[in-house]
Amino acid sequence: MTVLAIVVAVGIGTFLMRLSFLPLAEHTGKIPALKRALRFVPAAVLPAIVMPSLLYQDGTLHLSLGNARLMAGLVAIVVARLTGNALLTLASGMISLWFLQAMGLAGAH
Amino acid sequence: MSSSPRSQFLSGLRAVLPMVPGMIPFATVSGIAAVEIGMSPSLAMGMSVLIFAGASQLAVVQLVAQAAPLAVIVLTALIINLRFTMYSASLALYFRALSLRWKSLVAYLLTDPAYGVSIARFRQFPSMANRQWFYLGVAASTWIVWQSFTAAGAFLGARVPESWSLDFAVALMFIALALPALYDRATLAAGLAAALASILVIPLPLNLGLIVAAGSGIVIGLLVDQWQEGRAGAP
Repeated sequence: MTVLAIVVAVGIGTFLMRLSFLPLAEHTGKIPALKRALRFVPAAVLPAIVMPSLLYQDGTLHLSLGNARLMAGLVAIVVARLTGNALLTLASGMISLWFLQAMGLAGAH
Repeated sequence: MSSSPRSQFLSGLRAVLPMVPGMIPFATVSGIAAVEIGMSPSLAMGMSVLIFAGASQLAVVQLVAQAAPLAVIVLTALIINLRFTMYSASLALYFRALSLRWKSLVAYLLTDPAYGVSIARFRQFPSMANRQWFYLGVAASTWIVWQSFTAAGAFLGARVPESWSLDFAVALMFIALALPALYDRATLAAGLAAALASILVIPLPLNLGLIVAAGSGIVIGLLVDQWQEGRAGAP
């Protein structure tokens, strides 16, 4: 069954990527440039994951105040910055989104 | 503060709890999407256990539905998951003393929330003992939540109404994970650069955008680092 073959291939490949550097810790510590670069991994990867979902819906860029997800996302970012509390971030973001959608802004599904 | 394996495990569990509401809609959709294109619920569950990475699972489902070539499906999924290589490199020093068996367990359970929550804690408390138990608290809980709700989607067709926009909780989870990572000027610069780049690279094929955007962010971060060091070292 080809779908199973795909799943197994992706599973094995992903596991190897996850494992990759763990047995090579000595080497990550020895190359100064690598060690300094690693500091930026969460800082770079996580925003890069979030940003498109706030700005892109249904294949088009919505860079405007009328984009409810963008506005609600900005609220959540401010709350996250001020409180450092994940639960408050989640709650403020969802409530803002529902409020803005009720007010008629785009970003509803 | 006790750092016994048990208390670290519970600490990890507590730390990941706020992320769980974001995982639920994501996992449920992963389960439903798979059965909707004709995969059996068992295969959908198998995918969640074997791959255990939501974004790539969804991509696989979409591409299978489009009858894309097998090589394209596998390659796209692996490119989407390339970020795990970066996470692995980032965590390597913290787990250097663990056995290969422990490292394999850490690897299997590695996800965005497991990484985000753990790396923030490890950076904050660099000499914390039994970090692998904290990680396990975070990562094992994530695994259980993920499998449970994928099953709910795949076997029960459990569905959250689209009008609730609960998929937005996923984005909020990532915002909550991202902010603590932007703790100084250089990391902030890296994050802003990556965010900007992530919009510009969307047209790239095979989901290469994420790695390119992340890479750009890291380069900017390193440049700001070097610029700051230059200023500090000036006579």
